[in-house]
Amino acid sequence: MDRPRTMFEKIWADHAILEDDDGQTLLFVGRHLAHDGSMHPFRFLDERGQSVMYPDQVFATPDHGTPTVSHRLEDIGDPAQRTAVTSLQANAKRHGFTLFDLDDPRQGIVHVVGPEQGLTQPGLLIVCGDSHTSTHGALGALAFGIGASEVAHVLATQTLWQKRPLTMRVCIDGALGRGVTAKDVALFAIARIGANGAAGHVIEFAGATVRDLSIEGRLTLCNMAIEAGARAGMVAPDDETFRYLKGRPHAPAGMAWDAAVAFWKTLPSDDGAAFDAEVAIDAAAIAPMVSWGTSPEESVPVTAEVPRHATGDVARSLDYMGLAPGTPMAGLAIDQVFIGSCTNARIEDLRAAAAIARRGHAVVPAIVSPGSTLVKRRAEEEGLDRIFREAGFEWRESGCSMCCGMNGDLVPAGKRCASTSNRNFPGRQGKGARTHLMSPTMAAAAALAGRIVDVRTFEPEVG
Amino acid sequence: MPAPFHTLDAVAAPIDWPNVDTDQLSPVRFIRRPRSQGYGDILFHDLRFEGSGEEKPDFVLNQPSFRPAGILVADRGFGVGSSRESAVWALVDYGIRCVIAAGFGDIFHNNAVKHGLLLIREDAAVLQAERAALREAPGTRLAVDLETQRWRGAAGALRRFEIEPGRKRRLQLGLDDIETTLQNLPEIRAFAGRYRERRPWLFT
Repeated sequence: MDRPRTMFEKIWADHAILEDDDGQTLLFVGRHLAHDGSMHPFRFLDERGQSVMYPDQVFATPDHGTPTVSHRLEDIGDPAQRTAVTSLQANAKRHGFTLFDLDDPRQGIVHVVGPEQGLTQPGLLIVCGDSHTSTHGALGALAFGIGASEVAHVLATQTLWQKRPLTMRVCIDGALGRGVTAKDVALFAIARIGANGAAGHVIEFAGATVRDLSIEGRLTLCNMAIEAGARAGMVAPDDETFRYLKGRPHAPAGMAWDAAVAFWKTLPSDDGAAFDAEVAIDAAAIAPMVSWGTSPEESVPVTAEVPRHATGDVARSLDYMGLAPGTPMAGLAIDQVFIGSCTNARIEDLRAAAAIARRGHAVVPAIVSPGSTLVKRRAEEEGLDRIFREAGFEWRESGCSMCCGMNGDLVPAGKRCASTSNRNFPGRQGKGARTHLMSPTMAAAAALAGRIVDVRTFEPEVG
Repeated sequence: MPAPFHTLDAVAAPIDWPNVDTDQLSPVRFIRRPRSQGYGDILFHDLRFEGSGEEKPDFVLNQPSFRPAGILVADRGFGVGSSRESAVWALVDYGIRCVIAAGFGDIFHNNAVKHGLLLIREDAAVLQAERAALREAPGTRLAVDLETQRWRGAAGALRRFEIEPGRKRRLQLGLDDIETTLQNLPEIRAFAGRYRERRPWLFT
C-alpha cells in the first residue's frame, strides 16, 4: 500500500512539473488572483516584453486602494492609488484576463471574491501577490502569497519555483464557548505558535472544532495562518465545503460537478499521514481574544491584562501602544472601530456584528466595510445596513479599507482602534495608529461601549 | 537581474527588536512608486524620520558609524507580514546586502533572493551577543563568504551557516528565473495540457 499522504502532499505532487538539481520544485499554478497592487509585476513583464501565458486563469479585482466612500475612480484621492487601479484596468484589457472592476457587483477584497465566485476550489494551487492568500486554503486549496517578482514569473510562465515546505497539523478539539469565534481561535493559536512560529510550514487545521466551523469561519482561520508565519493554512474539504461551492458562478456544474466532487473527496489527509509538527488546542480554553501589542502574537483573553513585566520587546510594544504594564484589557478606552477586511467582512461576520450593534448606539466613530459588493448587497437585503446606520455606524463600500491603510481610511497617530482586521503592526492602520485586533462581535460591542468589553457579559447602557 | 553575490565585507548595524514586519521596512504609503524611482529613502521610514522629514538621531541607521551599513544583525521574525517586495527593494536600495536573523518571514525570504539579498539564519543567543558587540564598537565590519557558507562576527569568530543549494546558486549567479524557467517551456505546456484534461471544469 502507498505511504499515507497529507492533503498538502497530494496537492503539491499534483502540481509538480519537475525538480531541479538543488531541491527546488517547478510548480504549475492552477489559478492566479490579482488586485490593484499588481502594477509592479505587470511593469516587470512589460520591461521584458513578455505576455501573460494563460490569461484565462487570471482573475483580478481592485481592493487595496479602492475608496469606501464610493466606488468612483475620481474619489481615489491619492494619484498613485488611482494609477494602480487604472493600470489594472488597462492590463486586464491588454492581456485579456477577467477583471471584476470597481463598478462590477462581483468586486471586492480578492480573498473574499475568490471563494464567493467559486474560483477557489479544493485541490487547486492558488497564488496571489498578497500574504493573506492563505485564506483560500479553507476550501482545501493550497494557496499562498508571493512577491512581485514571483507574480511576474507566474504571469509569464504559469509556474513558480518553490522549496517544498514542511507540514504542521493544528488540531483543535472541544466545544467553543459562547461568544467565541473563529477569529478568537486564530488569535489564540497565533499567541501559542508565535508570529513566525510556523515559518516554513503549511498548516492543516484539523479536529472537531474546525470541522464544526462554517466555511466562513474556516476562511477567517486560514486567513490568519500567515500571522503565525505559515506558508499556507488549509482545511480538508467536506460536505460543508461542497454545499458552499455548489451553484457558485465558477464552480463546476452538471456532470462536471460529480467528477469534481469525486476528485475533491480524494484530497483529505490519509489516516496515519505524518506531519512535521503537531499542535493541539483545547477549544474550551479559548475566550474572546484581544491583541495588546504590535504583533498578532501579543494577544490575550479579554479577561486578562497586558504583561506586568515590561522589559525589552514587551516594553517596546507597550510604549508604542501607550499602555502601562498590567493594564486590564477590559475597560480600555478606544477612539474608533473598524469592521471589515479579508479576515472578518463576510456576511456571517456582518450578521454577528449587527446583532450586537442593534442593542445600542456607537459612542465612537465606527465604520463597516463589507468584504465584497455582493456581501454588501446581501447585507442590505437582510437590513443589516439599516441596523448599523441606526446604531451610528458608517456603512461603506467594500475594499481593504482601514486594514492596510492604503485608500485613505486611516487611524490617526496615537488613536486606539478596535479592529476586526489581521495586523496590529506599528503604523499598519496609519502612522502611529494603535490597533487592537478582535472579532466582529467584540468590535461592535467596543463601539457601543467606547471601550474594550467582554462581549459575553456586555450590557449596553440604555440611554 | 541582481548582481551576483560572492563575498561581503561591510559595516553591520544592530536591529534589536523582534518581528520587524514589512510594514516597518516599507510603509504602505510609498509602495506604489515605480521601482525605478528607488526605495532606499523609505527603509524604516517611520522609525528613521520625524513627521517633518528630519532624521530621528536615536535611530540606529542615523548614527554616523552605522549609516554606511551593508549588513543588519537582527532578532527573530525578520520580514514577517505583507508580501510587499518593496521591503526588499528598500533594503537593497539603501545598500544592505545581508541580514542575519533568527528567522525570516517566508515570503520575504523568497523575495530577497530575487534581488541578491542574502539572509543568514543564526541562533538568537549568538545574535544577541553580536548586537551587543556592534553597539560597543559602532562601525565594526562583518564579513560573509557565500561559497564557503561562513560569516565572521565582531570578535573575529567564524561561523558556518546553512543555505538551500537552490538559493545559493541563484545568489551566486544572479539568476533570472523567468529565463531559466522558459527553457522548460515544452514540459510546462505538456503539463498544462494534462492539467486541463484532469480538470475540464476550470477552463470553460
